[in-house]
Amino acid sequence: MSERDFLGAGPVDSGRRRFVGAAAAGVGALTLAPGIHLVSAAQRPAGEPASSTVRWGMLIDTTRCASGCDACVRACNEENGITERVSDPRQASQWIRKIELRDRQTGRQLSLPMMCQHCAHPPCVDVCPTGASMKRADGIVLVDRHICIGCRYCMMACPYKARSFVHQPLTQQNPEVPRGLGCVESCTFCVHRVDKGQTPACVEACPEKAMVFGDLKDPNSEISRRVAQVASTQVRADLKLGVGVRYQGI
Amino acid sequence: MSVTPSPIQSAIWRWCSVLVAVLAATMAAVAHADGGRTPKPAVTIANPGQCIAPVDEMRRNHMDMLKHQRDRTLRQGIRGEKASLNACIECHAGKSTGSVLGKDGFCESCHAYAAVKLDCWDCHQPKANYRPAVGVKP
Repeated sequence: MSERDFLGAGPVDSGRRRFVGAAAAGVGALTLAPGIHLVSAAQRPAGEPASSTVRWGMLIDTTRCASGCDACVRACNEENGITERVSDPRQASQWIRKIELRDRQTGRQLSLPMMCQHCAHPPCVDVCPTGASMKRADGIVLVDRHICIGCRYCMMACPYKARSFVHQPLTQQNPEVPRGLGCVESCTFCVHRVDKGQTPACVEACPEKAMVFGDLKDPNSEISRRVAQVASTQVRADLKLGVGVRYQGI
Repeated sequence: MSVTPSPIQSAIWRWCSVLVAVLAATMAAVAHADGGRTPKPAVTIANPGQCIAPVDEMRRNHMDMLKHQRDRTLRQGIRGEKASLNACIECHAGKSTGSVLGKDGFCESCHAYAAVKLDCWDCHQPKANYRPAVGVKP
C-alpha cells in the first residue's frame, strides 16, 4: 500500500495515473492566481455523476482548534437537522464531536473534532450485509437509508466511533438531508453542499479556520498544497484505511 | 300432471319480487351518490402547473421514477434529475397544511385509498419550504 493511498481505493495503474496527471494539468490552466481557481469550487453540472478523478478530503489543524469551542458541532447539527431531543444522551446522534486529549507524560493538551474519516478502504462498507454502507466515486462514505436495515454492524466496525443510530421517529429533517428512525447515519462531508460547490458546514463555521476541505487529487487545491508542506497524520494510520481526514499537530 | 300455485303462493311471490326490485334500486341510488363504498382520494393540486409527465404516466410510473432517481442521486451523486421527491413536494403540498401528508394530503389520501404503505416520510421532510428549527438541541 502506497503512502498516497488516501487518494483512492487500491492500486492505480500508471496509464490511468498519466491520464489523471494530464487532466490535472488541464485544470491547472484555469488557475487565475495562487489560491484562486475557477474549477475547484464549481458545482457539478446536473446529470453528471461524482467522479473518481476527485478525492474529497479534509485537513484539520489541531494547534488552532480551541478547547471548549464547539462551533463545528453546532453548525453540523443545524445544517443536518440534528435537533431532536433524546431521552438517553448516549443515543444522541453525533456526526461530529469534540475530543479533548492530554498527554499523561508531558501534560500537553489538545482539542480536535472527530467524525467519519471517509476511508479509502472503509470497514463499515466491508461489513454491511445489505450494501447500504457505500463509498461514492469521489471518496465520500455514505449510508443508503433506502436499504439500511439498522443492524448497526458498521457502528461496531468503525474504529473512529463515527456512526450513530436513530432511535426515535423524526419530523424536523432538513429537506436536503433525509434522516430517520431505524437507520445508521454519519458525517456525509455535507454531500448536498459539496455537490453545489460549497464546503461542509463545519469548515465554514470554524472561527479559527482550522479546517481545510478540498480535492486531494487536485495538486493546485489548498488542501493538496498544505498536506505537501506541513506534517499531518492519519488517526490510527496502523489500520491502513487510507482516511480522507488528516490531522495536523497531534 | 301439472301443479297450479294457490292464490296465496302467487301473492307471496309477487311481493318478494317487488321487494327485491325496490332494494336494488335503493342500493344503486346510494352507491351512485357516494361514489362507492370507499371515499375517493382528494387530488387537489395546490400549485397547478406543468408536471414532469402526463397525469396517466405519473399515476402509473411515479414510484419507478422516484426509485431509480433516488439510487442514481445517492449512489452515483447525480444531481438535478427530472424526477425528485423535493420537487414533488414543492407543487403538491397542501395549502393549509404545507404538507403532502394528512387526510387530504396529495400523497397520503391517494395511498390510503390504494392501501399502499408509504415509508418515504420516515426520513424525508413532507413539508414544502421547510426550514428546520435552529438551536433547540440540548
